Amino acid sequence: MCIQKSSERFEGPGFLIGLLLLRKQSRGAAMPVSLLWAVDVYGRVYSLSTAGQQWEHCRDALMEFKRVTAAQQCCWGIACDNNIYLNVHASDLSIRYQEETYENQRWNPVDGFSDRLLPSDRWQWSDITGLQHQPLDSFRLPSGSWEWEGDWFIDENFEGEPTEKGGWTYSIDFPATYTKDKKWNSCVRRRRWLRYRRYKATDTWAKIPSQQSTLPDPFSDISCGGWELSEEPRGRLSLWAVSLQGKVWFREGIHHHNPEGSLWEEVSLPGEVVQISCGPGDLVWAVLWEGQLIVREGIGRDCPKGSSWVVVDSPSPDVGAIHVAVGMNVVWALTKDNKVWFRRGVNSHNPCGSGWINMVGEMLMISVGLNDQVWGIGCEDRAVYFRQGVTSSELSGKTWRVINVPRDGERSHSSASASSLQSAGCYFCGEVRGQSVASDVESDTEKGSTDGATGLVASDYPESLDAPADQTSDGPKPLIPKVTSDSFISELVSDRDSAKTAPSVLPEEDDVPGDGEVTAPSSGAALPQSQSGGPHDPQWSNVDLEEAQILQVQTGLVPESSDTCSLSSVATYTLAMEDQYGADEHPLWAWVSGGGCSVDTHSQLHWFNCSMNSSSLVQSVQSMSLSVSPAQTAAWRKQILEQLSERSKREMDNFRHYEQAIEQSVWVKKGCMQWWRDWKPHKWIDVQFALEQFTGPEGNKDGILFIYYNFCEEKKYLHAFINEITILVPVLNEAKHTFAVYTPERTKQRWPIRLAAATEQEMHDWLALLSVSCCDSRKIQGPPSKQAVWSITCKGDIFVSEPSPALEAMPYPTPCDQMFWRQVGGHLRVVECNSVGVVWGIGYDHTAWVYSGGYGGGFFQGLASSTDNIYTHTDVKSVYIYENQRWNPVTGYTSRGLPTDRYMWSDASGLHERTKTNTKPPSPQWTWVSDWAIDYGVSGGTDREGWQYAADFPASYHGYKTMKDFVRRRRWARKCKLTTTGPWQEIPPISLSDVTILPCATQSSSGVDVVPLWAISNKGDVLCRLGVTALTPAGTSWLHVGTDQPFKSISIGAASQVWAIAKDGSAFYRGSVSPQSPAGDSWYHIPSPAKQKLKQVSVGRTSVYAVDENGNLWYRQGVAPSYPQGSSWEHISNNVRKVSVGPLDQVWIIADKVQGSHGLSCGTVCHRLAVQPLTPKGQSWDYGIGGGWDHVTVRGNSMEPPRFRLPVLSQSVLQVKDVAVNGNAT
Amino acid sequence: MADDKDVLRDVWFGRIPTCFTLNQDEVTEREAEPYYLLLPRVSYLTLVTDKVKKHFLKVMKAEDVGEIWFEYEGTPLKWHYPIGVLFDLHAFNTVLPWSITVHFKNFPDQDLLHCSSNSVVEAHFMSSIKEADALKHKSQVINDMQKKDHKQLWMGLQNDKFDQFWAMNRKLMEYSTEEEGFRYIPFRIYQTMSDRPFIQKQFRPVSPEGKVHTLGILLKEMYPAAIPNEGEQKRYQAVIHGIEPLLETPLQWLSEHLSHPDNFLHICIIPVPTD
Repeated sequence: MCIQKSSERFEGPGFLIGLLLLRKQSRGAAMPVSLLWAVDVYGRVYSLSTAGQQWEHCRDALMEFKRVTAAQQCCWGIACDNNIYLNVHASDLSIRYQEETYENQRWNPVDGFSDRLLPSDRWQWSDITGLQHQPLDSFRLPSGSWEWEGDWFIDENFEGEPTEKGGWTYSIDFPATYTKDKKWNSCVRRRRWLRYRRYKATDTWAKIPSQQSTLPDPFSDISCGGWELSEEPRGRLSLWAVSLQGKVWFREGIHHHNPEGSLWEEVSLPGEVVQISCGPGDLVWAVLWEGQLIVREGIGRDCPKGSSWVVVDSPSPDVGAIHVAVGMNVVWALTKDNKVWFRRGVNSHNPCGSGWINMVGEMLMISVGLNDQVWGIGCEDRAVYFRQGVTSSELSGKTWRVINVPRDGERSHSSASASSLQSAGCYFCGEVRGQSVASDVESDTEKGSTDGATGLVASDYPESLDAPADQTSDGPKPLIPKVTSDSFISELVSDRDSAKTAPSVLPEEDDVPGDGEVTAPSSGAALPQSQSGGPHDPQWSNVDLEEAQILQVQTGLVPESSDTCSLSSVATYTLAMEDQYGADEHPLWAWVSGGGCSVDTHSQLHWFNCSMNSSSLVQSVQSMSLSVSPAQTAAWRKQILEQLSERSKREMDNFRHYEQAIEQSVWVKKGCMQWWRDWKPHKWIDVQFALEQFTGPEGNKDGILFIYYNFCEEKKYLHAFINEITILVPVLNEAKHTFAVYTPERTKQRWPIRLAAATEQEMHDWLALLSVSCCDSRKIQGPPSKQAVWSITCKGDIFVSEPSPALEAMPYPTPCDQMFWRQVGGHLRVVECNSVGVVWGIGYDHTAWVYSGGYGGGFFQGLASSTDNIYTHTDVKSVYIYENQRWNPVTGYTSRGLPTDRYMWSDASGLHERTKTNTKPPSPQWTWVSDWAIDYGVSGGTDREGWQYAADFPASYHGYKTMKDFVRRRRWARKCKLTTTGPWQEIPPISLSDVTILPCATQSSSGVDVVPLWAISNKGDVLCRLGVTALTPAGTSWLHVGTDQPFKSISIGAASQVWAIAKDGSAFYRGSVSPQSPAGDSWYHIPSPAKQKLKQVSVGRTSVYAVDENGNLWYRQGVAPSYPQGSSWEHISNNVRKVSVGPLDQVWIIADKVQGSHGLSCGTVCHRLAVQPLTPKGQSWDYGIGGGWDHVTVRGNSMEPPRFRLPVLSQSVLQVKDVAVNGNAT
Repeated sequence: MADDKDVLRDVWFGRIPTCFTLNQDEVTEREAEPYYLLLPRVSYLTLVTDKVKKHFLKVMKAEDVGEIWFEYEGTPLKWHYPIGVLFDLHAFNTVLPWSITVHFKNFPDQDLLHCSSNSVVEAHFMSSIKEADALKHKSQVINDMQKKDHKQLWMGLQNDKFDQFWAMNRKLMEYSTEEEGFRYIPFRIYQTMSDRPFIQKQFRPVSPEGKVHTLGILLKEMYPAAIPNEGEQKRYQAVIHGIEPLLETPLQWLSEHLSHPDNFLHICIIPVPTD
């Protein structure tokens, strides 16, 4: 009975079907790559990966594009049909939108609850407010790019509890508070229906439906940005567009559930705009026809559209501006003479900047991408240039460097070099043919579309022939790609010129209508040829045989096959290129967008050295492979290792009895440091520091650490044996470079030896040396074992400990304070592992990392680090400061506090002053990567300006002002970035907040067994990783497991038990997970402990433990193979921050408020003692390293302890260790 | 899988079993027993033979003792070459232990440098390191080091402290990620058949076209005879630390891993034994 009630099986389609197998991601654990997008003068779209060495032709662009503007997750473009297209990059995590509607019922004595409502009542089907009538069948897919995931189903979940009553919630009347229980006075009830729709048009150019049947005015420029404006998940964008008539439009409603946005809103203007640029933050600049620039003001989190324009004069008094490109903190502009200008002094407080600087180079256009990196298209050669040396301190960069990489398919280019006498008409002929294929495909998906695609079947060219007839001089005119080398921008200009009657802005331009006429007939003439589909005209015969064949086949298949269309275009382009430019091999570019391209000072780009010569390309690939692939695999290396070992045999093995020429002796290293002295008043004092190393009697190395200090004029010293040191921990300290040295004794006291070095380098040298020394004395070398216990400090440093076999022994386990921890490079917030050596980490910036099998990294260099398997590791975190204000009756809230008040700019505690200018990044390794910004994501909520109110400092804050509030504060955040190295490889692109790996209790030796790995994305989606094995720990792709609410914690235990915690604090059990069905089939709702919201769960062999938001640790009672959900939660302990249950059901936690000799410490690694198969809850805690620890995982330790029967004495032994037996960690 | 660190250890801890015998012509009070010692390949003769000297002085009169020098099969051994180089050059492919004759008179001034104390060895060693760094990093790394860092390198060698030495030496073996390796590879090619002491030229780890230079390319350039022509019998062995690396071994890797503590890659070209 009880069991039946405690959980409810949900069978809504969302649960059953919410499993979407998405496109396999072949990249696996590849380096994160991002794309630079470009359009060449023929309108072909290309992308260049930051890891790549060639431009990839975007084959699914079914027509020519004029312009593109990219963000990291998508790329927008204007195609030659003047429609706007969106290409959302495919991801393992689909874009889902939850539609909801409410069914309302009222009780009457005759029918009971029925859909017969009072006339004054709300609609029978309505939105949550009841004001909007929305029956199930009123919901339509917003565009052809969406599809329904399943049918409507009832939401059974009410505030984290199952309703058990068909989802009905009851109330006295509408609108009121609802409860899940029916009471005597419940007169109305309602329930929520859900349905998901999914965006399906990924990795393809999907047309954005125009809201009017015909847009008044085709778009000529487009720019996206604004993703840094708010903390919303990636996907929120500001999209600005310019029409040919010079109007500016803003796309409303683009966010991660709605990548297409909802509608265009016109933005009023002081003039007519020719081009616009929107940065990642709050910068939006545009260029007016008259040559001035306008700057949008008032852009902010609540108002991404901004409020007004300010005019900024052209950089040059004589020559107007023609182009502008903005980033986070930079503005670049071009004048009509192609000169390049950099705007000084631009930031979010002063979006207009202060003055222009003329830069070297002449460009046709410029694009500013992520990290304010800059690309341009050269005026002379139309090559894409990258601005080298742009850093946060030197935003204008150093030099222009040409991106010199081939395009894919250029091999055929060189083979066709003997040709040709093709006319431009031939080129267009091929193109039109390609287009007809394109339009067939298009018309399938977009039925009845009159503009755009179907227009294209007839093609631009006939249309342009007709243009004089049906479009008068002020009507928009489709763009005709020209084969001349004229500027693409000036083509737009010239289009515009022809559309307007205004005098030509660029007098040097050709007469445009004439130009169009020249091109059009030639293409028109070519058209019948292509449509005839007959045998090939002799024009193709100059191409080499293979290509000609392909082309022939292709033309035969034109109507059916869309795949080959790309082939034909490559070939035709080739011809066209040859035709027009002869020996001039490099591509001519029209537009470039770096908005999705992530390059920073640490990026290694291979964009600059490749030449078109294929032999040198091969060489550069070789040289790269030398540095990239582990040299270990090379034969020469193997041979050296073999010969060295032969040499040792030959020269040494028979002569071991010979005397050594050099006797081993003591080696001392000395230095000066500061020491946080043990006695009061505690302060830093100068000390002499020495490490004496020697070789012990059995050849083992050992050493002693000496700290010499003066005490009352007397020289004294403190020492620690190297073999007793358990850990060396870097400590966060603003002013000093400090680290702590622990021994078991000092761990018990919670009082380490604290030392400070003069420089960070010196500290790192010492840490590396001491660490090697400690490892030598314990004979630890190489990478950590598969059983290793991993932990992370609050500073993000990663530590690993080799468990002794007796660590989980009964009755005498190895005391936890004797565990030796060594540091591993990198910076993480979460690390999880299992016993076959699969280790994953999650950074502060939610990046997922997989352990590469190396060791060292970070400041461990040379001997303390492996040479391979060490990679660049980055992390980004925020530094927070608080702005505090007090209310007074005269001026309201001001920054004038009471004399007793905290600093008006402070840290969270209010005890330390933290101003925007004096707050530094956590250590010199960190650099600022953003400006200070108000943080709205504070718990408790904020008002629109980010303020939280309270009666007085310090108190609990709320996000709205009441009469009783006299103080307020708001939090400012600034991001900083760390770049270091470590044995971790990034797993792009999905950001995670939690991860769990099945702890395999039995050692599977094959290395090919699939290891179940589950994760939670930082948006709360549940994911299941496919293809994870001991040999391929990164896996291959994500499987999205549907949920009806965001999740925050997940854990998988033996027998495929998957437990998860939703954001609302309730627990879920995933049913029917098995190797055959790795994602299971449905979620079972598990009620949380009374009045507690759970936050984390960990599942071992049979034990399930959870931690709630108030620091209570709960054990799940009654979990059995036949009933894996268990029956109830039993309280085990308080002051627990995190729990990790291992494959042997061992229980480890991070505990707060652990007593030390000088006070309580927070964040201590603790081990549950006396955990046995029959007593899985254990008895008491053993305290290990800490405080300052954030995370521990013992899920790799499957080493069964040596078993022996415990003598009777054991009880008393345990009690000696017991500080507090009864479920209290203090 | 073995790590590249193991190579460094193997190189450092290479030992040559040596039998020292006193020259017949030396005047002794009683017969001198041979002295057996494991000599570190990477060290220098005069630095590690204090025990040998002491051993033989016991049977000699003080007035008969001049500066000590060593000879192998009639060839005076240059103390300023690393021991491993001397062995590979003169005694590779011979039966172990290596038999060295100890002399205390008739110092061959024309062949050998005088070595009055360890400070002479230190000066020689440090000048080699500096020369190597001039080639590798335009002396930037060595000049950035402090006096005590230099001392640490020397003390590491003198006291056979691998960790101590490499804690500092790793800095000399680094290069920025933008470059493909050192500016020039510090190397010396020795041969027995020539009067020239050794070949040393400027040679980059990577060709201007970005091609990785290998041991084979270096030898082809510097000592073409060392590379057998197609179909030809191999005439020479290129020996480093008593092993023959494959010709396709990248030079940069060799320089980082098989250099002597003086930071030079010492390559001995010796004729293939004709038995």
